[in-house]
Amino acid sequence: MSRIQTTFEQLKTAGRKALIPFITTGDPSLQATVSIMHALAEAGSDVIELGIPFSDPSADGPVIQAASERALKNKVSLRNVLEVVASFRETNQTVPVVLMGYLNPFEVYGYQAFVKDASIAGIDGVLIVDMPPEESDPFAGLLKDNDIDLIYLIAPTTTEQRARMICEQASGYIYYVSLKGVTGAGHIDVAEVASKVNSLKAITELPVGVGFGIKDAESATQVGAVSDGVVMGSALVNLIYETSCKSGKSEDTREAILEFMGTIRKALDS
Amino acid sequence: MSDNRHNPSREEVELSGLPDEKGHFGQYGGRFVAETLMHALDELQDTYARLKLDPGFQREFDQDLAHYVGRPSPLYFAKRLTEEVGGAQIYLKREDLNHTGAHKVNNTVGQALLAKYMGKQRVIAETGAGQHGVATATVAARFGMQCQVYMGAEDIARQTLNVYRMKLLGAEVISVESGSRTLKDAMNEAMRDWATNVEDTYYIIGTVAGPHPYPMLVRDFQAVIGREARQQCLKQTGKLPDALVACVGGGSNAIGLFHPFIEDASVRMIGVEAGGDGIETGNHAAPLCVGQPGVLHGNRTYLMEDEAGQISETHSISAGLDYPGVGPEHSWLKDIKRAEYVAINDDEALAAFHLLTKIEGIIPALESSHAIAQVCKTAKQMSKDEVVIVNLSGRGDKDIHTVAGLDGIKV
Repeated sequence: MSRIQTTFEQLKTAGRKALIPFITTGDPSLQATVSIMHALAEAGSDVIELGIPFSDPSADGPVIQAASERALKNKVSLRNVLEVVASFRETNQTVPVVLMGYLNPFEVYGYQAFVKDASIAGIDGVLIVDMPPEESDPFAGLLKDNDIDLIYLIAPTTTEQRARMICEQASGYIYYVSLKGVTGAGHIDVAEVASKVNSLKAITELPVGVGFGIKDAESATQVGAVSDGVVMGSALVNLIYETSCKSGKSEDTREAILEFMGTIRKALDS
Repeated sequence: MSDNRHNPSREEVELSGLPDEKGHFGQYGGRFVAETLMHALDELQDTYARLKLDPGFQREFDQDLAHYVGRPSPLYFAKRLTEEVGGAQIYLKREDLNHTGAHKVNNTVGQALLAKYMGKQRVIAETGAGQHGVATATVAARFGMQCQVYMGAEDIARQTLNVYRMKLLGAEVISVESGSRTLKDAMNEAMRDWATNVEDTYYIIGTVAGPHPYPMLVRDFQAVIGREARQQCLKQTGKLPDALVACVGGGSNAIGLFHPFIEDASVRMIGVEAGGDGIETGNHAAPLCVGQPGVLHGNRTYLMEDEAGQISETHSISAGLDYPGVGPEHSWLKDIKRAEYVAINDDEALAAFHLLTKIEGIIPALESSHAIAQVCKTAKQMSKDEVVIVNLSGRGDKDIHTVAGLDGIKV
């Protein structure tokens, strides 16, 4: 059983919801990312999504675009991201790590080389924003052969027929995009999310996490009540940027993460 | 490197029959976008498939091309340029004479009609030099549609005239401050807008790139260039041309000229990329000459990128060629060796700009000047009874400030 599957089974047994933070790797630095991952684990995160910086993040809003640009100034590459995970795995063998990014860095790395190196580093899943199932061959097969989950997005605009096709191809969990638009946008309509998640639950056994536009304990609680987990992205990336800019001390960033994510964790569990 | 991919040979497919139903030209093209846009692209593909066969739609498109754009554009024998070069007979396909001054309008007229048939009230576009933005703002004004154009902050600074033209036409020009603040970033921002407003908005992509069905439908709308040129050449010279030359940024004017000749094996096709300061300097925009296949802006194609797969910043004297990718059909034509791709540097393009202006009385766009520079080289190596057609894709009025600046003159 994969680490992601184990995690969701345990959550289900305990009647809890998954807390899934997203951070951009290498913002503010690669070393900081490893510490931040440990802080996220300590704050009760169930899965960690690591963003791979890309020069043309066409599905991201301003916060994650800016984080990506800062990381690229540090010359952060997919190879570095794998090194970060390997470093995290030296002391954490339990929290699943999912890489989220755009396809081109994977293409350049080479699919064969990536699945080999990702397995060694301890990657559990990948989510490639601009690789729909129609374009996933031969990468999907290689990931499957190496027991790396391939997580897909489902959007409010996805038809039921497409959703069925995507759920058949997906593994790990389904990432439901709560609104039309980019990461970090607008306000979500919880009733609409609930109805979409319910219809997804009717066609798949996979857990359904919800992301885009979840900003605080209140929105996390509302969305958590109607799904299997919540993804916190832009709000967290912004918090890391602000604390690391202000003080530059990793201890302060750690404290801020523990407090912010601790509040969300508590709200989700209550 | 993309492993395990297969390019069909020329014998395996009918050349002009591509893309396949998923938008692939061999290993290139396809649809690499976030899930939010997939349904809209399916819808566009279905609508286009239906309207392509709809005589009413085609009649309306043809009438707009005739009476609004001013087609057919002439195929002009450049006698003095031919004598100057001393080789093949050089003919100019005069897309510079279209309404708005470039080939771009052929596509925006077609896509605005699609938007109208789909009931969309708002159109968005990305633009580099501003030509596609102007062509989009123009058709939006004509159809009474709301129009927003995304343009990199760098390009807004270099193309003030076109920015003002778009505003006059009622469009809102939105400055893009992210990334390298040029065309590629404007395209990212347009895709973000589309994902947010996908229900009421039509995205008019300006070139033969982007997710399927864009490379196909933009090509189909631009192919009027080659269809006319083919007929005109047969009529005026009694035979098919021996070679075609066109500049390639995204590649829409080149595909427009090339496509109707693809099955004519005797016709050489030469695409001209922006060599910038010279290929050897790295400051250029020539992905077909020195790039690698990768994925950007919804399609797999040749790209300029670094060793980690980040997209490189490009350089060209002409904003319209300043793009790190290229239409997927060109990538395929290159791989199967049906077309050749070369690069012309900034200084060569500038010299060609002055040459054509002085001896033919035609001021070409800096983009088209790259093709003019190349046609001089190509024609020189051909015999005098041979015929070469060069696509004069746009007029140079928009570039007067740039050229004057290089000459140290303020206008």
